[in-house]
Amino acid sequence: MPDRPLKVLIAKPGLDGHDRGAKVLARGLRDEGFEVVYTGLRQTPDMVATAALQEDVDVVGLSILSGAHMTLVPKVTAKLREAGMDDVLVVVGGIIPDDDVAALKEAGVAETFGPGTTIAEVAEFLRANARQRV
Amino acid sequence: MASGARFSTPTDLVDAALAGDRLALARVLTAVENRTPVAEAALRRLYPMAGKAHLVGITGPPGSGKSTLVAALIGAVRAAGRPVAVIAVDPSSPITGGALLGDRVRMQAHTADREVFIRSMAARGHAGGLASTSTAAAAVLDAVGFDLILLETVGTGQSEVEVAAAADTTVVLEAPEMGDEVQAIKAGLLEVADIVVVNKGDRPGAQRTASQLRAMLVAVGRVGVRATGHARPAPAGEAQSERPRPKEPQVLVTTATTGAGIPDLLGALDRHRARGREADDSPARLARAEAQVWAILGDRIRADLHDSANRTATEATIREVAAHRLDPFAAADRLLARLR
Repeated sequence: MPDRPLKVLIAKPGLDGHDRGAKVLARGLRDEGFEVVYTGLRQTPDMVATAALQEDVDVVGLSILSGAHMTLVPKVTAKLREAGMDDVLVVVGGIIPDDDVAALKEAGVAETFGPGTTIAEVAEFLRANARQRV
Repeated sequence: MASGARFSTPTDLVDAALAGDRLALARVLTAVENRTPVAEAALRRLYPMAGKAHLVGITGPPGSGKSTLVAALIGAVRAAGRPVAVIAVDPSSPITGGALLGDRVRMQAHTADREVFIRSMAARGHAGGLASTSTAAAAVLDAVGFDLILLETVGTGQSEVEVAAAADTTVVLEAPEMGDEVQAIKAGLLEVADIVVVNKGDRPGAQRTASQLRAMLVAVGRVGVRATGHARPAPAGEAQSERPRPKEPQVLVTTATTGAGIPDLLGALDRHRARGREADDSPARLARAEAQVWAILGDRIRADLHDSANRTATEATIREVAAHRLDPFAAADRLLARLR
């Protein structure tokens, strides 16, 4: 049986309309051999959790540049837990102040990636930390 | 509270999926997509319960509006109170194996609706416009009760016609001004259409494209065709030939972004379904059954030839072919003989 590609949801919750970074990451992860589901702008936490569930992704990547991460991210992780997707790796990319990282990790985020992160670093982290499934 | 860990056996997982648990359904689909042992157990159980849904293939060139049309159809189907599932296939990279699955972007309006289930699939090197496991995935969605399943292919060229075997009804999308009448009479994709949709109907040339298609897609082989392009009924008592006949697709114009023409399309889909409904031995169903059995036969033969008893001999035979000491036909005969 061939190696199964990891499946990643890249989502932009909230109202900021800047998805260039999310698209670059989606494309970059594609080139790293991931199957990337891109869902577009202005997602509610419900929409993100539903897409993650229907697609049965291994990783949920949230891109947030608006500063609303302390509100949105815990809602997404709560919705994911509620949906039974408690084994999904959640990572956040965007402008996340250092002071907020601990609280986000408390809310269930595995890692945050700020400006300057390379695609290879993200890919390596996801490969090392995504759930192993049969 | 639901949890992914609670499905300890394939039976639990399938039971939960049948009871309406969407996470269990998603996990069965993952097993099917990854062709795990769980998938075989699940499909053996679910296949007899499938066969009731209307499978609609949506195909056409990249950017012709397949995903947007699917989204519009979801809206119309939900307005009628019917549940609907979507399998949306996008290509896998031939270089890295990765894929960007972007069809959901167009379907955002329906993500929070429990009666809509959308699943993206990467083609994973399969060349016909679908993934090799798309038909099996559709059978799962069928078995758990989705009565309408939309199968959206990758953006197709002229000859990715596999969807016609996978679906009961095949919709081929064209964009306005994509080509002249000669494009319409080339063999391939348009031939397998039950319904041709000229999408982006608000663009100049949409109606003209539709009338060109209508004129050229009349099945010339069956009956005399007048210079107007309209079919004349066959004379009574004329012997029906056994040659496969081209379909005579209905040609519709839609504007998926506004919803114009979508009710007509849904009506055409339902009428086509009603016509084909009775036949367990309809060509589409037989082709689908055959494709599934052949694929499993191929997998089984491959697995047997790679098991511990045969692996060494199989590899040695393939090396001989690579070195041109043995021709591939003789190699195939030799390996088949090992299986008997």
